[in-house]
Amino acid sequence: MLLVLAVFGVAAIILPALVRALGRRVFLVAGLVSFGAFVHTLLQAPAILDGDPEAYPIERLAWVTQLQLTLDLSMDPLSWVLALVITGIGSLVLVYCSWYFADDEPGLGRFAAVLLAFAGAMYGLVTANDVYLLFVFWEATSVFSYLLIGHYTGRRASRGAALQALITTTLGGLVMLVGLVLLSVQARSSSLDVILSSSPAGALTTTAVFLVLVGALSKSAIVPVHFWLPGAMAAPTPVSAYLHAAAMVKAGIYLIARFAPAFFDMPGWREVLVGLGVATMLLGGYIALKQTDLKLLLAYGTVSQLGFLTVVAGYGTRDTALAALALLMAHALFKGALFLIVGIIDHEAGTRDLRKLSGLGRRSPILATIAALSLASMSGVPPLFGFVAKETVLYGLLVGVESGDPIAVVAVVGVVLGSVLTVAYSLRFFWGAFARKAGVDDVTSLEHVRRGFLFAPTVLAITSLALGPLAGLADRALAGYPTLFEAPEGKPYTLALWHGFEPALGLSALTIVLGAALFVARTRVAAAQKRLSTGLSASEAYWDVMSGVDRFSARITSLTQRGSLSFYLGVILLVFIAVTTAGLVAGSTWRTDVRVWDYPAQLAIAVVMIAAAIAATQVQKRFAALVTVGVTGFGMSALFALQGAPDLAITQILVELVTLIAFVLVLRRLPAKLGDRHGSHHRVLRAVIAIAAGIVMVLIALVAAGARTTERISLAWPELAFVDGRGSNIVNVALVDIRGWDTMGELAVVIAAATGVASLLFIRGRVDSTSRAQRVTMRRRARARVQQSRVESIPGERRNAWILAGPTLDPRHRSILLEVVVRLIFHAVIVLSLYVLFTGHNLPGGGFAGGLIAGLALVARYLAGGRHELTAAVPVGAGAVLGTGIAIAAGAAIVPLLFGADALTSTYWKAELWLLGEVSFVTSTIFDIGVYLVVVGLVLDVLRSLGAEVDRQGDDASDRASGRRVDSTLADSTLADSTKADSTKEGRS
Amino acid sequence: MSISLILVITMGALFAAGVYMLLERSLTRVVLGFLLLGNAVNLLLLIMAGEAGIAPIVEEGVADDAYTDPLPQALILTAIVITFAVSAFLLALIYRSWRLANADDVSDDADDVALREGAVEMPVEETAPDAEDTEFPTDDARSRA
Repeated sequence: MLLVLAVFGVAAIILPALVRALGRRVFLVAGLVSFGAFVHTLLQAPAILDGDPEAYPIERLAWVTQLQLTLDLSMDPLSWVLALVITGIGSLVLVYCSWYFADDEPGLGRFAAVLLAFAGAMYGLVTANDVYLLFVFWEATSVFSYLLIGHYTGRRASRGAALQALITTTLGGLVMLVGLVLLSVQARSSSLDVILSSSPAGALTTTAVFLVLVGALSKSAIVPVHFWLPGAMAAPTPVSAYLHAAAMVKAGIYLIARFAPAFFDMPGWREVLVGLGVATMLLGGYIALKQTDLKLLLAYGTVSQLGFLTVVAGYGTRDTALAALALLMAHALFKGALFLIVGIIDHEAGTRDLRKLSGLGRRSPILATIAALSLASMSGVPPLFGFVAKETVLYGLLVGVESGDPIAVVAVVGVVLGSVLTVAYSLRFFWGAFARKAGVDDVTSLEHVRRGFLFAPTVLAITSLALGPLAGLADRALAGYPTLFEAPEGKPYTLALWHGFEPALGLSALTIVLGAALFVARTRVAAAQKRLSTGLSASEAYWDVMSGVDRFSARITSLTQRGSLSFYLGVILLVFIAVTTAGLVAGSTWRTDVRVWDYPAQLAIAVVMIAAAIAATQVQKRFAALVTVGVTGFGMSALFALQGAPDLAITQILVELVTLIAFVLVLRRLPAKLGDRHGSHHRVLRAVIAIAAGIVMVLIALVAAGARTTERISLAWPELAFVDGRGSNIVNVALVDIRGWDTMGELAVVIAAATGVASLLFIRGRVDSTSRAQRVTMRRRARARVQQSRVESIPGERRNAWILAGPTLDPRHRSILLEVVVRLIFHAVIVLSLYVLFTGHNLPGGGFAGGLIAGLALVARYLAGGRHELTAAVPVGAGAVLGTGIAIAAGAAIVPLLFGADALTSTYWKAELWLLGEVSFVTSTIFDIGVYLVVVGLVLDVLRSLGAEVDRQGDDASDRASGRRVDSTLADSTLADSTKADSTKEGRS
Repeated sequence: MSISLILVITMGALFAAGVYMLLERSLTRVVLGFLLLGNAVNLLLLIMAGEAGIAPIVEEGVADDAYTDPLPQALILTAIVITFAVSAFLLALIYRSWRLANADDVSDDADDVALREGAVEMPVEETAPDAEDTEFPTDDARSRA
């Protein structure tokens, strides 16, 4: 069985590839696969028919062992019969498809693959012996059904119907899953066998079983969710024949039949199933009588028959179980055939409307004959198999009536009435499809139906015919499942064509007569139906519900999703304030001692910082706001210095400088005034939120400071740093050694941010990370430009080029003082940065501070000489610097692993070197070099992006404005144009 | 543990000012608010270091608890650099927003506003299938549909 499943799966994957070579004949391959599965199933017959449950084939394969999920397959008589139906009819339908579709049908490969995969899923569904596996196959059939119904992707009706079927059946499937989970938890096993044989009882079980029934009934299109099945007729007709008549809709019936032996006497089981079944049978039959589209007629007929099957399978006695299986088989045979016949009519005549069809019977007597046979079987006319099945049903139910079961009475009355409708719409179908009608032109195109096209429906019809007389054979095949029920007294009922003159026979005759009468009076019936029409339809109710859900979600969205970031942030902050305050009030210990200050200078610094912060919120000019914020940063630096944190003070001051410059680089492109478009809204509300948040933070600080219960762990750090890390600067050793991994993470963040900056600015790839050849060209061009500007500089004014690219600048923008100073200090500053880097292990400094100092040196070069100066100063890309830095840091982390130590372990060397004296070296310095390079790379990246690239884009814009030919590559100008186009578009919107 | 009231109050003020600016519409103010918040958080970490001691540079004869707690310092150092990296990113965002949309503000999401004001047509629901009586429509039937 696992093999069969695997073959189905693999074949479905291969099929689309075969379409090119085989065209529509690909379906013959698929049909062969399904036929192989049919034969395989047939070969299991000895084991199944033997009747010994121990001998039934079982296959198990571990699947997800952690969840105790197994691919647990087993085949008992019930599974066997269904597997035969699925694979047998599957192969016929697939063969039929090769005549139904043209070679150039769009999506042919996908369709063939999905149809075959569906057959596999269906096979898995009926053989699964694990409820979760069953559920997986169950949902798989829903999804495949969705894909198949929606095959005509270009048709709206097709997509809508597919979605409707999917939503309805998966909704039922999810409810079913809950039921299955309840059952498997209760039985402590997910094995279907175990669950059913333990036959649990109680309120929980009842609930669980009903949840499972919801899934089963929705899959089998039982009232009130019957509407999806007629909708699903938007599918190609072979799909309707297979999924919506023979196979998928039987999944629900299968589940009812599977559960019935264990639960038929559960309170409510019989009442619900018989009640809903009868309702469905009558409603389906009633609506089928109204249809003018042959396919819809069959669809409602199928709804009716599914109701019928639900009644019989749900009733749950030995005889009705036998009847249910017989009926299921009979239905698959005749309904499959009828759908295929409708497909042929539609294919050849171009319509399925019975008002447009006329004279088909004479055109194609063979088609009419096989249709007649199938319809007769559906109506329960002897000697067809449908008659045998219906006889058995009536017998089984009448036994119930005799025993005084009121439900049996309902069932018998319902079945008889439903069968009358069945006979009537069967006759209507035959008349509609094949009769000659006055005033309608004969269909002429049905001259030569190809034999192959007729093959599948003929086989099905002949089987219907043959199984009547051969009912004994069928009885032998079907008798296994009914033994799960208690055997009635006396000789068990068997399937047979002739049981003598019994009440059941009388009822059969009665239904045929009444049905025929109903058909004869069809004009009056139609008029009556019109008068009775309420205009209500379950399908419309479904669409109303769906659009109601849409409207509801739109309402909810517009309530919660205001579209304003400040609003969201405000909500988050309010929740933060409320929850934290509640927590602080509810149970906090206030054990913190508060002193006013550590030293008086704190007060002065604090006053300046607070004033600056308040000013920052109020000023209207961009640069003023920047400077006030900067004041708080320098204040921080002062606090750090006084608090005994020299590393922090240095780093803060350096970062503050770089930040200031980065801001200026960007803000110079923006208007000077802040918020000139929207101004400042909701000032009071924002102030309230802000102040509350500030107060909450103060309270948090007060509580948190008192929360410490043990000595701080950093008490061990001086020892760790000095002895193990070989450095006196505890903070630096912590960064590169003790907590090296944290720094590694930080480097990653820095690189990500730098990359982000570059990718926001360099829209068409980084100019500074181009190939070597291009870089050489660029550098040559830059040098040429430098030369040229020297020549072009004002005659007589021989300015010394203090820096490389100074002459490229407009003389008005040059500052000779700045150029001289930069020239004098640049190298000194770089040396200083290296000194800070290498002494950082023992003195304040280290990679971060050193990197920032070097970065500031580059900033100075850029400010003095512009972007060309920057290219001249650092001929490599910022990405290369960042990459080298992280590679060195990672190397420092990984190399110790090669020596069997932990990552980032440091080693210490000390040696006497000639001239230099005693030299010592700690390997964690290598890591610090990586840090240094990453920081330099970050600053360089910011300068290249926010500085040089912004300059270039600005130059381009002013070049364009002045109408000069832009000296830039084509890519640049396209970029500028597209940017311009973007901005105008945005501006309009 | 004993903490400095002045520092705590400064921290609260920086925090409040930062939040206030973060709630602005102007992107520049938002980024400046982010910087203020960064400073406030660093200050909070510093407060958690407790009383000021001597700089954490190991010297002989100094007790381990005489140094200022180095752990928050390591955290703050990292935070300072990351704040810079992130604010550079935010600056790049501002610049790009300015280049593309000529705007330096956080505008409301147009779709959300339209939805709230009922100006949005609900997406057309795939309604019940139309009755079509064949799968093989002729060409003129197809063009009519």
